[in-house]
Amino acid sequence: MMFGFFADLGRAVLDRVNRLGRASIFFVQVLAASWQLIPRFQLLLQQIYAVGVLTLLIILVAGLFVGMVLGFQGYTTLVRFGAEDSLGLLVALSLVRELGPVVTALLFAGRAGSALTAEIGLMKATEQLAGMEMMAVNPLMRVIAPRLIAGMIAMPILAALFSAIGVLGGHLVGVELLGVDSGSYWSQMRENVDIYDDIFNGVIKSLVFGVACAWIAVFEGYDAVPTSEGVSRATNRTVVYSSLSVLGLDFVLTSLMFGEA
Amino acid sequence: MQMENLIEIQNVSFSYADRSIISDLSLVIPRGKAVAIMGGSGCGKTTLLNLIGGRISPSKGDVVVDGLSVPTLNTKELFDLRKRMGMLFQTGALLTDLSVFENVAFPIREHTRLPENILRKVVLMKLETVGLRGARELMPSELSGGMARRVALARAIALEPMMIMYDEPFTGLDPISKGVIAKLIRELNEILGITSIIVSHDVVDACAISDYAYLMGDGRIIGQGTPDDVQRSGSEHVRQFMDGLPDGPVPYQYPAGEYLDDLARGS
Repeated sequence: MMFGFFADLGRAVLDRVNRLGRASIFFVQVLAASWQLIPRFQLLLQQIYAVGVLTLLIILVAGLFVGMVLGFQGYTTLVRFGAEDSLGLLVALSLVRELGPVVTALLFAGRAGSALTAEIGLMKATEQLAGMEMMAVNPLMRVIAPRLIAGMIAMPILAALFSAIGVLGGHLVGVELLGVDSGSYWSQMRENVDIYDDIFNGVIKSLVFGVACAWIAVFEGYDAVPTSEGVSRATNRTVVYSSLSVLGLDFVLTSLMFGEA
Repeated sequence: MQMENLIEIQNVSFSYADRSIISDLSLVIPRGKAVAIMGGSGCGKTTLLNLIGGRISPSKGDVVVDGLSVPTLNTKELFDLRKRMGMLFQTGALLTDLSVFENVAFPIREHTRLPENILRKVVLMKLETVGLRGARELMPSELSGGMARRVALARAIALEPMMIMYDEPFTGLDPISKGVIAKLIRELNEILGITSIIVSHDVVDACAISDYAYLMGDGRIIGQGTPDDVQRSGSEHVRQFMDGLPDGPVPYQYPAGEYLDDLARGS
């Protein structure tokens, strides 16, 4: 009984390590194939549209609401100390350092990542990837690389837009609704948000999250069991693994970037 | 000088997760001929096509296509060889986000730099061959099963291959569509001289368009000859398959323990 438990545990660990190894080799192979996209830039543009532009609406709406909530919450706390003039700074720092990259990545995994996995998994299940291989076309270059690179490019841009619209949401509530001085809102932000410490680090975060989410999404699709149940499980795994990876990586990156402050 | 046999499978074995799929199998496909490889579901027919196409490597033996040992080729050499092979998948495997025209144009766009006006002419000629020039604007989701397979056939001949592998070309088709596909396979073989490998469990249709037939069972060849020879064979294995007998060398029952013991055991 006890022996069986440890055997199962060992097997499960080995399976996961094996899968991580395959995912890493896959990542390197896709990157190695992606230079062939240079003369075929339109493939990349199509995917930037599919994973980036089509995710824009949900990002903008979510960013607006998150900014508005930050405006409310920030105001009710700051006003107790008479520091409501710092609302702009609080909203901006919360967004560019943390909420922008993290919430965008979570939404990206749910909207674009799951779609990527389902699309690639179904292409596998309907033998489209095998068909390409038999036509001497490398599916890693033709199908996977454009989607991976598009995800890596789209994420930082989406996160930047999320933060930008969030700042406007905070302004809408804080200044227009609750009466914070508009000049203070913007000047506090301009004076105290550091281009390197805050914005650049936020961009790095969103770039790392973009790589993680896009990598997980394309690998899960490519590695899916080619049945309807297999594709469904793969899509599910994409959302779960991406979300957990984003939150875990966020802790690591935050510790590295802001740990000594 | 061209070799007489386009494909030679030499003592090939292939196992998947400790399960033997093909064991010590040898066969030849002569150049320019239509050869049927028949056998029940799961007997290793599709695996054989994957071995010929280099999608998997044999655990033992050699697969020689046009004088090249497929398992020893590097990726570039393998892709160069595949440009001269066509494959018709059971599902058609059309790219669902591209129209019929773009599906047929796909391998040409990927491998050549033909100007758009010439490419258009080539694609329309291929579609005319399969009778679907008028369907060029349709999407794969708008095609019937038979039409999808004809489009896939037009795509398979787009680069004018030396051979085409047909994986279950008749499965799931109505009699008219079956007749159309059979006619196309025969014409491509006779008029264009394309070597055809027809993997099927449909005895009558496969035999009708083949010059030679192999019968597979349990991952090996259990009968071969001209379609007439195979159909007349007295071998127990061959007879079971040809006559569709539910029990015989391929047992009706999946291997299991003693029936009464199993029932008596409770849960």
